[in-house]
Amino acid sequence: MSVLAVHDASVRRAGRQVLEGASLSAQAGEVVGIVGPNGAGKTTLLRAVLGLVRLERGRAELAGRDVARLSDPERARLAAYLPQERHVGWNMSAARVAGLGALDVPAATARQRAVAALARVGLAGLEERGVLEMSGGERARVLLARLLATAAPLIVADEPVAGLDPDAQLLALDLFREEAVRGAAVLVTLHDLSLAARYCDRLVVLAGGRVVADDAPADALRPEVLREAFGLAGRLESSAEGPMLVARRGRDR
Amino acid sequence: MRPWILNAALGATAIGLAAAGLMLGETALSVAQFAEAFADPASGPHEILFDIRLPRTVAALVVGAALGLAGAVMQGLLRNPLADPGVLGVSGGAGLGAALAISLGLAARPGAVEAAALGAALLVGAALTWLAARFREPETLILFGVALSAFLGALTSLVFNFAPSPVTLAEVFAWLLGSVANRDWDDIGRQLPAMAVGAALCLYAARGLVMLTLGDEAAALSGLPMRRMRAAAVAGASLLTGAAVALAGIVGFVGLAAPHLVRAGAGGDPGRVLLPSALAGAVLLGAADIGARILPTDIELKLGVMTALAGAPLFALIAWRAARSWRG
Repeated sequence: MSVLAVHDASVRRAGRQVLEGASLSAQAGEVVGIVGPNGAGKTTLLRAVLGLVRLERGRAELAGRDVARLSDPERARLAAYLPQERHVGWNMSAARVAGLGALDVPAATARQRAVAALARVGLAGLEERGVLEMSGGERARVLLARLLATAAPLIVADEPVAGLDPDAQLLALDLFREEAVRGAAVLVTLHDLSLAARYCDRLVVLAGGRVVADDAPADALRPEVLREAFGLAGRLESSAEGPMLVARRGRDR
Repeated sequence: MRPWILNAALGATAIGLAAAGLMLGETALSVAQFAEAFADPASGPHEILFDIRLPRTVAALVVGAALGLAGAVMQGLLRNPLADPGVLGVSGGAGLGAALAISLGLAARPGAVEAAALGAALLVGAALTWLAARFREPETLILFGVALSAFLGALTSLVFNFAPSPVTLAEVFAWLLGSVANRDWDDIGRQLPAMAVGAALCLYAARGLVMLTLGDEAAALSGLPMRRMRAAAVAGASLLTGAAVALAGIVGFVGLAAPHLVRAGAGGDPGRVLLPSALAGAVLLGAADIGARILPTDIELKLGVMTALAGAPLFALIAWRAARSWRG
């Protein structure tokens, strides 16, 4: 059974069709990347998966159950979400923020999970540092630790590597792979197509609210799709570290 | 600082202020008179201590606590350090209710003005609770609150405009300036149920406020019943504010300042800041009331004037510090 399945989902917002007949699934142990140009509907698709937007048509399921019918605690047990918005309202400690990923366990256990997650994102020793006293990159790592502390079977992350330095980008994606090995399904939006091709088992390419490809990275990012979805003239080339995108602008936009 | 140390220190200060509130007043009592007050329930000193000074002091403390708690909840809910119980129009609603009741000549009936103030605050609170359930973004709620505040202020001006006599006008003004002088146990008892329910709703919402630190969407996926908690926060803060205004008139800045004074001590956590904010509010207003009593002015300084005089510069200081941190 799929950890998540979206069937033929359509979403309209402010009179504009932002998602049209999109379908998507993810299995346990799989990292699925969603790529597409700005405004393609990536975030909306994630929000549809999580039941955060109302579908005009179609259906989203978590563990085989309609997400719109799940209770708040049930949904939280099935899926964890890292939104693109990285604003933290108050200057709480890193450990307290990371511990918010483990609300359903006793405080001491939550703290242990938070400390372990902070160590995984490379912030050991900064547990008591206030998040508003950190750099943007450190704060992004704390929020990533919060996501990891949930230990949910589905991890959904919107642009998790945006604004991170190269080392932190690779660390974040390594951690998602580790989560997949643990048995989680990971759904992640990415703009860097090289990283997407290198780290994801499967890529879903969105353009104009429609899924234009859903395949292994080498097939999903074939030259026709790059041209149609991104307006790029290019191809994936192999390197010692995995596939790399070589491309130039293919049409005037 | 550990949270319990902060709470214990604030609690002890509030008790100390309560004791000071009993000692200080217009009539200076000798040691013998104090002894008499405790020994003889029918004595004059007993009446001064337990029927005049103590209820006044208790009123200042509970109003301060209610405003401090309401302020902390509003700041947490709106993720805005400059929010206070008045920002969404609840105080304005209570003020309008009281102004209307006074100009309709209801001031002579015990509890009528208070009931009108609380009732109007609850109406505003109900409207806000409905809005909070429909619109998740704090900015939307703030904008509606500003509009509501302005409209209620206009309606209050309308009441002034049509005031039947200058005496009524003076009465409304005096009430709106805020005071706990001459409050008796009945006055306090009438507002306690609303305050207790308000506080319970705020405590229920505490965990939701913590999650809101990470934004609406992260909170929505946290497993907490955010819709209910958001509504409880608005309703609770409205009840507390309405009851506080009903008991003491409009007392500004306590709800704004109290959470700021204790936030660092509570680790920035919008849930853990609630109790110390209530205690800090009690301390601030307890101190302000004692100040109003002992300052040698011919006419007693009103509590609301006192807190605004001290609070407005504090507000500027907070803004100054915030601006510096924004600059980095």
